[in-house]
Amino acid sequence: MTEPTTPDAPLHLQKHLVDQASTLGDGMDPALSGLVDPTLDAGLEIQARSQWSYARSRFLRHRLAMIGLVVLVIIFGAGIFANLIAPYSFEEIDLTNVLQAPTTTAHHFFGTDEIGRDYLSRVIYGIRTSLEVGVFVGFASTIIGVIIGAISGYYGGWIDNILMRITDLVLTLPALAILLTAAALLGQGSQWRVSIILALFYWTTLARIVRGVFLSLREKEYVEAAKAAGSGDLRIMFRHILPNTLGPIVVSASLTVGAAIILEAVLSFLGFGIKPPIPSLGSLIASGQQFPQKWWITVFPGLVLLIIVMAINFVGDGLRDALDPQQRRVRA
Amino acid sequence: MLTYITRRALYSIPVLIISTFLIFSFVSLAGDPTANIRANPQFSVITYRNLQHKYHLDRSIPVRYGYWVQDVVTHKLGTSLVTSQPIWPDIKRTVGHTAQFIVLAEILALILGVTVGIFSAIRQYSVFDYTFTSLSFLGYAMPTFWLALLLQILFVNIYLKWDVRIFYTSGLNNPGNGTWSWDRLQHIGLPVITLTVISFALYSRYMRASMLDVINTDYVRTARAKGLPETKVIMRHVFRNALIPIATIAALNFGSLIGGAIITESIFGLDGMGYYFIQKLGQLDIYAVMAWLLVTSVVIILFNLLADILYGYLDPRIRYD
Repeated sequence: MTEPTTPDAPLHLQKHLVDQASTLGDGMDPALSGLVDPTLDAGLEIQARSQWSYARSRFLRHRLAMIGLVVLVIIFGAGIFANLIAPYSFEEIDLTNVLQAPTTTAHHFFGTDEIGRDYLSRVIYGIRTSLEVGVFVGFASTIIGVIIGAISGYYGGWIDNILMRITDLVLTLPALAILLTAAALLGQGSQWRVSIILALFYWTTLARIVRGVFLSLREKEYVEAAKAAGSGDLRIMFRHILPNTLGPIVVSASLTVGAAIILEAVLSFLGFGIKPPIPSLGSLIASGQQFPQKWWITVFPGLVLLIIVMAINFVGDGLRDALDPQQRRVRA
Repeated sequence: MLTYITRRALYSIPVLIISTFLIFSFVSLAGDPTANIRANPQFSVITYRNLQHKYHLDRSIPVRYGYWVQDVVTHKLGTSLVTSQPIWPDIKRTVGHTAQFIVLAEILALILGVTVGIFSAIRQYSVFDYTFTSLSFLGYAMPTFWLALLLQILFVNIYLKWDVRIFYTSGLNNPGNGTWSWDRLQHIGLPVITLTVISFALYSRYMRASMLDVINTDYVRTARAKGLPETKVIMRHVFRNALIPIATIAALNFGSLIGGAIITESIFGLDGMGYYFIQKLGQLDIYAVMAWLLVTSVVIILFNLLADILYGYLDPRIRYD
């Protein structure tokens, strides 16, 4: 059998795909069937392509998603390298230059705020804060959601019951209000506390998705085969079933990053999020309410936030289109 | 149908009890409403103890929850810990204000969203469709608070520059004006626009998708094949079926908005549910916050139920039993 060539896929994924292709049998995903028999037309050399390489090429062809990705790389790159890119530090006060409109002199491209801090630098550091919160919440809530969803879908029983009741509760409660209450009582203006609170709020949807996949797959023949071969529960859960949920997990994680960034901004805007002096896009926008005639205070951080959220939505859509196995294959 | 409604209503009672108990325990553990008094040197320890005893703060949380429920049931949502005022009049007043501007915004958003959705779907991939699809993408990603703030700043500047008052940017009324006056409309104009834009993005997207779903079904092809004029096909066969999911989404959206367009109201200083919540949360007035959450949860549950009933009514294929 020819080994599928997936140079860019992580090693464990490659191994997994081979693994699956050889053990799956009839429970196999249609997109994987190309793996087993890569030469359909006799005489023609057809390169075997994995599901991931199809997904990748679908994603690369999604124009909006690619634009979104480029925009995100630029904006988040500025946030990551804030200390190199920002012309000033975010707390450098200059009382002779207060509330100055955007100008190219002295590099105040976004103007200055009420105590003369360079606004461009503050926005760039705000991006860094948003990025940190978003990425943390994305990872943490995904891990929580996957673990809880996997356990409750695989074992069922009382764990499953509790999980379903919790998600029921979440559906009947005013989400933003609960989040605000938690942030007001426990947040204390700290970035990490706010991130943890957000992560604890965001795992339920993903847990439900993962649970659904586990529920349907745990009865499949290949899981039985793995059991017969002596695999432990953990191995079956995380090596045999979990890879089938990677698509929804990646999509949900990417959208969670966007949602977390916006919610952090909302919390900070209403004064229950990250407290100054650390700039956050939300609190930067909020400070604009005191200066209605100084438009740049409100416009620039908001514009950046809007662009980030739109770009994440586009990337999320692209990922969904690329990773949905029901999608038609790209002609290569 | 009736048994279904009763069962759902009965089922939501334990959900409400459990969720309020969980939130009550969380709020009571995390926030101490007497912290200010304890920190204030003018109050003696005795006063502090007496206060604690009076409000049962020295008891265990399940007992306190019991007292709270008793207060809620016998005194119409109970009394505030911070101001010792009854909570019900505040809630009654603010719900009215919120409902007024939300109903306006939702009606506008529904009319606009459904119309645009229909035309986008009929002329799929036309300039019209592309324009509004991109606009709804923009509205979907738009942070509500930024949009609200931009509108506020815009109209403050219009007033300052040209001395024209189109919309007021804060508050609910000038003194001496009633609920349904021109003055009130000028005040709630900007909040209504904000909410309309956000909801419009949602509705037009769903309406377009739902129309496209129906247009591609076999019975629409049949309707065309038997020679019905296109307007009749669209209005009788497509539109009415495409409306079903929108009705549910609108009911759910409306239910969650009653609990306050928290962000919009606090930016425009509108004396509604959301603004009330933010103020009480800022004062750590936990009983008011609890009462608010209770009311809002009940409203959300009711509108979830309404959405289900509406769905069953509009789509006779769905039967609840």
